[in-house]
Amino acid sequence: MFFEQLLNGLTLGSTYALIALGYTMVYGIVQLINFAHGEIYMFGAFAGLFLVTVLGVNIFVALLGAMAFSMLLGMLVERIAYRPLRGKSSRLSALISAIGVSIFLSTLMALLRGTNTTRYPEGVLKQSTYTIGSLEVSSLQIIILLVSAILMVGLQLMIKKTRIGKAMRACSQDLDASYLMGINVNRVISFTFAVGSALAAAGGVMVGIYYNAVWPYMGTMAGLKAFSAAVLGGIGSVPGAMIGGLSLGVMEIFGVAYLSSSYKDAIAFAILILVLLIRPQGIMGQKISKKV
Amino acid sequence: MDGFLSQFIDPYYLRILIIIGINIILALGLNLITGVTGQLSMGHAGFMSIGAYTSAILSMQFGVPFFAAILGGALMAAFFGFLIGIPTLRLEGDYLAMVTIGFAEIIRVFFLNFEPGGKAVGLSGIPQNTTFLTVWIIVILVIVLNAKLLNSRTGRAFYAIREDEIAAESAGVNTTRLKVLAFSVGAFLGGLGGGLYAHYMYFISPQDFGFMKSIELLNMVVLGGMGSIPGTILGTVILTLAPELLRVVAEYRLLFYGALLVILMIFRPNGLLGDIRVYDLKKRFGKKEVESCQS
Repeated sequence: MFFEQLLNGLTLGSTYALIALGYTMVYGIVQLINFAHGEIYMFGAFAGLFLVTVLGVNIFVALLGAMAFSMLLGMLVERIAYRPLRGKSSRLSALISAIGVSIFLSTLMALLRGTNTTRYPEGVLKQSTYTIGSLEVSSLQIIILLVSAILMVGLQLMIKKTRIGKAMRACSQDLDASYLMGINVNRVISFTFAVGSALAAAGGVMVGIYYNAVWPYMGTMAGLKAFSAAVLGGIGSVPGAMIGGLSLGVMEIFGVAYLSSSYKDAIAFAILILVLLIRPQGIMGQKISKKV
Repeated sequence: MDGFLSQFIDPYYLRILIIIGINIILALGLNLITGVTGQLSMGHAGFMSIGAYTSAILSMQFGVPFFAAILGGALMAAFFGFLIGIPTLRLEGDYLAMVTIGFAEIIRVFFLNFEPGGKAVGLSGIPQNTTFLTVWIIVILVIVLNAKLLNSRTGRAFYAIREDEIAAESAGVNTTRLKVLAFSVGAFLGGLGGGLYAHYMYFISPQDFGFMKSIELLNMVVLGGMGSIPGTILGTVILTLAPELLRVVAEYRLLFYGALLVILMIFRPNGLLGDIRVYDLKKRFGKKEVESCQS
């Protein structure tokens, strides 16, 4: 029972982590809470659904297709709604702009597809259950954990080893200095949005299959939870988002299993507040001393 | 009085005017926390729901008179504002935003499971005591007192915290006390607005006070211009009217609303009336030669 719940928690948590990565990377560079991120995730889930049902492609191809689609969408949103504001306005106006995009995108999808819940078709992914000792594991859970792990390791490698990853790290340290060093800051920011959106889309498709539900307003709560995961891990920190996401998922599942299911959403936030009161900079966040 | 007014004003317009009044009270409360003191709060609907439920239960189950009931709701909200104000001493910026979101969500889930509040179904049969006159008398009172507060020593200290907390502290501003005070007063206004809302709407449910409600209020403050009372009022009027005016586009309403927010922010990044204060307006229109030194 305990290990089963732990596994459920890790599965849920890894999808939170995938979404949280987008929040944390964008935040690390432009200090913006990208409120439209939850909607990018929702669009990813729908793009995957479209590819599977209309074009009838394999689910993994659909996953890649959804990631590519969300990548473009993320870059488009950044170009239209955030770039014009950058540098000449307070962070709060960018936040309101992001909220505007979020309302726009969820309404757009509601108009296109209706507000009802739609499902991924049966048998889109062959599902079987393995029993290891007393532990029951579904193949879907293994796939979600594997895909998330691959994406996260890939992301880490990209950030640590490649040229663009180096540029991203430089930008997150000091945007102005990076600009002076000849880094094309706008391109790096655009790239960051693209990567974050692709990860969110992967999360969206997998959640869509796992919970068998895709709907236009699925992004709001998922976005809030993922954002709190990012804050829990220490916003701006990539490993922090992963740890924050996983621990939030596990705590939520255990809270539901051992406390009460009607307080499901409250449990995650209560834990978050408690952690922040003890460690105001999140689990992995670094304490930045204020300069006068 | 409302019967008298409704002879001249279409009930539909009267209703919108009452909602604008309630929203102004709510938004001014948030403006004090976020616009003036610079503590990003994204859970103002939480305070609103505390005020709404407390006052509704007071007047329905304990037979408390209307004004005492909404005052009770407001005080209850202020108490929670005080509680939420305490972590702000340790947290900053977006960490604080997350705590306020979390707080409002916890409150919402609490009311979803709260027996005397009718759980998810909500509470109906609240006496409709809120009238046009009561709302607007309270609005004017709130505006006057708020303007007085912002122009006082305390008000300037609020602005100082927003501009530079460390500098404010070294200039002798007690940032701890003031941040908690800003949250308490802001939450009080949130609770007051919530109480009026409950006694106008006849029916309340936890869904009325979700995350989107908090966001709507934040939009009003930022759109109008952070920290400015006239700005907040203007933002509130525009954003309360927008969905009504956009009724012509029917189901595309929210699509336009979202796009409107983006466009307004691109063209007026600091809000429509960023940081224009009531007293500045007086100066500007009173004596022309006095140049405002505030930015």
